[in-house]
This record gives sequence, structure tokens and C-alpha cells, in this order.
Amino acid sequence: MKLVDHFQYGLNSPICLTWELTYACNLSCAHCLSSSGRRDPRELSTAEAKGVIDELQRMQVFYINIGGGEPTVRPDFWELLDYSIDHNVGVKFSTNGLKIDKKRAAQLAATDYVDIQISIDGATPEVNDYVRGPGSYDMAIRALENLAEAGFAQPKISVVMTRQNVDQLDEFKAIADKYGAQLRITRLRPSGRGADVWDELHPLPGQQKQMYDWLVDRGDQVLTGDSFFHLSAFGEALPGLNLCGAGRVVCLIDPVGDVYACPFAIHENFLAGNVRDEGGFQKVWESSELFTELRKPQTGGACSSCMHYDSCQGGCMAAKFFTGLPLDGPDPECVRGFGEQALAARGEGHVIPKSEVDHSRTKLGKKSPVLLQLSMGRPDRACETSPLAGLGASETDSGLRLPVAGS
Amino acid sequence: MSTKSAESAGAAGVGDSSVFDPGAPYRCSPQVSLRPEPFGALVYHFGTRKLSFLKTLPLVEVVKGLEHHPDVHSAIAAAGVEEAQRPAYLKALAGLAASGTIEARQ
Repeated sequence: MKLVDHFQYGLNSPICLTWELTYACNLSCAHCLSSSGRRDPRELSTAEAKGVIDELQRMQVFYINIGGGEPTVRPDFWELLDYSIDHNVGVKFSTNGLKIDKKRAAQLAATDYVDIQISIDGATPEVNDYVRGPGSYDMAIRALENLAEAGFAQPKISVVMTRQNVDQLDEFKAIADKYGAQLRITRLRPSGRGADVWDELHPLPGQQKQMYDWLVDRGDQVLTGDSFFHLSAFGEALPGLNLCGAGRVVCLIDPVGDVYACPFAIHENFLAGNVRDEGGFQKVWESSELFTELRKPQTGGACSSCMHYDSCQGGCMAAKFFTGLPLDGPDPECVRGFGEQALAARGEGHVIPKSEVDHSRTKLGKKSPVLLQLSMGRPDRACETSPLAGLGASETDSGLRLPVAGS
Repeated sequence: MSTKSAESAGAAGVGDSSVFDPGAPYRCSPQVSLRPEPFGALVYHFGTRKLSFLKTLPLVEVVKGLEHHPDVHSAIAAAGVEEAQRPAYLKALAGLAASGTIEARQ
């Protein structure tokens, strides 16, 4: 049996565990996969978080990806970081750069066994701030400057690929090179608030090929979180694990201790248990009903007769779920176009599953992105007289794509 | 780390981490943790932070057993590896030596 086949049946412990430490965030990114904003009062306490770290050490989870929200806004973030490293659980944390001032950068440079990932979603302030909010580009670059100045070795720059930034791939690489960083690009999922902007922001079919070609050329220099395996159907497989690892090698612990199959699947359908339950995280990982189900042999469903099924494995579970597609059918971004057909076939009145877990701030602040700054689209008709043409006709959708209002 | 030893089987010898010598004593690196998995083991190197895999259960036995044997060959024999499989195991172990998962011991 090949290694990847073993992975499908699950491992004794996760390889890639993401832990969102808080739903609190200073930003309100339009595409936030965890609909973050406000802190959840049920957040794990410092003692509980340390208990989880102890458990991860026992399970030999050698490193974890910490995110949020903005994890550094937790007052005990630095304490938990040190605790984790001291217990042989290395940390890579994702941040928008908020707290990475010169002093912190120097402290981090002196800490072994920590990786930092700075998020930017545009190689220019215009493209970045459009989705991440005003000032967020400058904040991220300042953090990169501080880390470079402190001699922090190879931080990561993490980019979610959108329709607006695919053309900037070379520029992202140049920014990474400039700050001695490594570029990481990942796929935009319709998860969390991402569902609200997916139609507008997900890369077009031609851009999918553009990303694939770029990755084939530079796959060895760029990290992807193995998130583009659906593109492998274009030809040769991309480097990495070409498999959905949800519940098998991957999982998410959310700020209140809920364990989901993957970071892009914060929805009750993918909730396996809670670290506060008896038996803790280990029991959830080893014997929850959901994870046991996910580790059974998968059939390709509607995709099983496709000659590319072996390379793309039907794509991303979360991308299908949050676009209202069946899980055993094509990915909405299937490179052969079957996803688009499936989306078109959903019919009038189809229901897109919405997560109950939403910590979005209900009032927009000065730092919120306003998606009207860039107009990428064209009016529906050339001579439309209505000023609201193309901005959506329904009464509940003003067309103003404010990412957090009411969502 | 370039102490040459003319007595050992290869041209370079004990302590030269660049050349794998199955006639010499080895050990699993103290910077490495092995996590048992159904297929074998997951290997984590705390120095390089690299993950890799031992893809068979006997290979895990060999790697764990290295430190109790005077050379790699006897560790392979002790793990019950069939003679016909020995070249494949030596190749795998040479790779593990190159990545720092196993290292020559004094």
C-alpha cells in the first residue's frame, strides 16, 4: 500500500493541526474563513490551552499551526507560545502583523522552533486592503521589516489567491525575496465570510491554469499547504499530498475547543467533538464518529468515471459543501468545468449551508474593508440606465458587498 | 566531523556523516522523534524541522535497533529483514543518514 493510501485511513495523530486561539481580530477581512471579529466568551482559558498542549505532546504532534482571529491579541499568546515550544510542540503562527514590533521581532528571532506567517492578499496596498481592510498592507510590511531587521530567519508570507491577485504572483515572490521570507500561497475557500465573496473573488478558469503553470515552474520554492491538489488534473501532480486530509491527517481546534475536520469546515456537519469532553482531544481524534466516517474508503461518486479522479480526488470537501454541491461530486473549481456545470444545475432556491459559528463584528469600523473600492466587474449591459445595474436586484442585497454586515 | 578510519569497510569511516558505512555503528539521531503509525513511523527531526516517514514496520525496528548493534548489517539482521531485501534497506538507511535521521556513533 502506498503511503498516501495509509493517510486516507487516518493516522494515530494529526500531521497538520490548526488551532485557532481566538475569534477576536483587529481586522475584518472580507474572506475570513472563520468569520472572526469578536472574542468568544467561552474561549479556552490559559490553563485549558496548556492542557491541550500537554496532550498534543503526549500524542507526538510535533508542531501546530496557530491562527485565529488574530492570535496575538490574546494576552496569554506569548505565554502559550513559550509553553508549547518548551513541550516539544513547535509553533507556526499566522498573524496580520499587528503585534510584531521591533521588540517582539527581536524576541522571536531569539526563539528557536517558531515559525511566523504574515498574511497579505495583495502585492500592492490597493489589492490587499480591498479585502483585508485599510492599512493592513502597511501593517504586514512593517512586521516583515521588523523581522528582517531582527534577523528572524525565513518567515512566511501567506497569500490567499483571488481573482485580483493571480497576476501578482511574481510580485509576491519578489516581496518574499526582499524580506528573506518564503512565499506560501493557498486556495480561497467559500468558508466563513469567504462564502459571501467567493463568487466575486475566486479565480477564473483561465487563472486556475495560470496558477497551475506557475506552481509547476516553482513548486519547489513555494509552499501551498497542499491546497491546490484540485489543479493536478491539468497534468502532472503538484508537489505535496494530493489528498483531502480532513479528519485523516488534518484537523482544526477552534477557540472554544471544538474540533472540526479541517480549518475550512467550521460547520456543525464537520464537528467531531470538543477538547473539553471526557477523553479530551485524543478521544475525538481517535474515535469520534465523524472522523471514523471520513477514514472509510471514499468513492468518487459522480467523479468516479472521470479519468482525472486519481489526480484530483474530487477536490476540496469544504469548497463543495459551502457552495451547496454534493460532497461526492466535482469541486466547484473542477478544471474540466464539471464544477461550473454542477453550480449552474443547483437550480433556483438552492440553499447554501451557513455556519452557526459567526463572530463577525456587526458594526463596521474604520478598518473594515469596503469592497467597492475596486470595481473589477462590468455592468450587465452596455447601455444600462439604472445606476445600480449589475449590483444585484434583490431587496435584501443592496449590491454593496460589505463583508460583515448582517452576516 | 571528519575523523577518518582506515579500518572500517568504506573509504571514509566513523564520524563522517557524509558517507554511509553499513559496517560502522550508527544510532537514531537524538534530535529525532519516531511516532508509531500503522504503516511504520512518522519521523520528526527537531533540528531541521523536517517530517519524513519510515514506510515499513521492519525499517522502524532497524532504526530503533541501530544503537544496540555494532554495525548496521547486524541491526538489519536482528530486525528479521529477508536477505533479498537487504539492498533496499541499505539504500533507505543511506537516505536516512543523508537526512540526519540516523548518524554514525562513536
